[in-house]
Amino acid sequence: MQPHSIVTPLLGGVLIGISSAGLLLVTGKVVGITGIVAGLFRPRAGDLRWRVFFLAGLVLGGFLLSAFQPQAFPKTEGRALSVLALAGLMVGFGARLGGGCTSGHGVCGIGRLSVRSIVATGLFIAWGATAVWLAPRTRTASGRQPHEGPPQAVARTGALEGLVR
Amino acid sequence: MNAARDSTAFGLGVLFAVGLGISGMTQPAKVVGFLDFGGSWDPTLAFVMAGAVATYFVAYRSIISRPGALFGDAFDLPKRREIDAKLVVGASIFGVGWGLSGYCPGPAFTSLGSLTTSAVVVSFGIAGGMLLHRACAGWLRQ
Repeated sequence: MQPHSIVTPLLGGVLIGISSAGLLLVTGKVVGITGIVAGLFRPRAGDLRWRVFFLAGLVLGGFLLSAFQPQAFPKTEGRALSVLALAGLMVGFGARLGGGCTSGHGVCGIGRLSVRSIVATGLFIAWGATAVWLAPRTRTASGRQPHEGPPQAVARTGALEGLVR
Repeated sequence: MNAARDSTAFGLGVLFAVGLGISGMTQPAKVVGFLDFGGSWDPTLAFVMAGAVATYFVAYRSIISRPGALFGDAFDLPKRREIDAKLVVGASIFGVGWGLSGYCPGPAFTSLGSLTTSAVVVSFGIAGGMLLHRACAGWLRQ
């Protein structure tokens, strides 16, 4: 396992926690990103603008990151666009059906000690790990998965790919 | 009142994005790496979650002891407590999509600011999925 930083992930997590808690403080609501976006679809009076402003800030934050911290974003070699579109549909649909996403259930829900959210987050991770294990790997130019480090002597294929070879 | 609340929300959005960015969560490879328990495991996401949850846990208890939110709104806290089929099925579907792409809504919409095709496609996918659920839920209620 390559050495990984601990400080910036922890710090980033704290900022996410402060932001989420800040939303609770100023709006009275326990919401993650999906919950914020959902309120745009059938807006209620007095409940729309803070959502738009938060999301605008989120996107602006992304823009600032791309300008001052471009290494925050991947350069190349992600999933195919068709896979991203399908995966996005599942993320959006599942988040609404299940009542939250990783920020709603994972951060706010677990932070409140909600059993529903602990269960939901456990399922996010279990099914996410299953998808990573089973999904056909994106073959990068080097033949490695994008998230693996420098070339090592290990050749790996997805579990399903091994069956069809 | 609302102007103060709404402009604060803007700043909180920027803060959320910065948190995602510096923690590495806007890199789908880091998310997939965390979920790759059988492979080259990347624990980064665990530290991000730990920092976020610990912070929210501490803040939550003091915030809800207030009579209401800062700018006059009443608290609107989640009331559901049961583990039902919708939660289980929904969270499972979410998980598969998350593992396939390495994106969840926060990083996806944040990445829109980087103006990449991937970010646009996954963000529209997520929005589409949310609307699809809305349509299905409405249809089922007929």
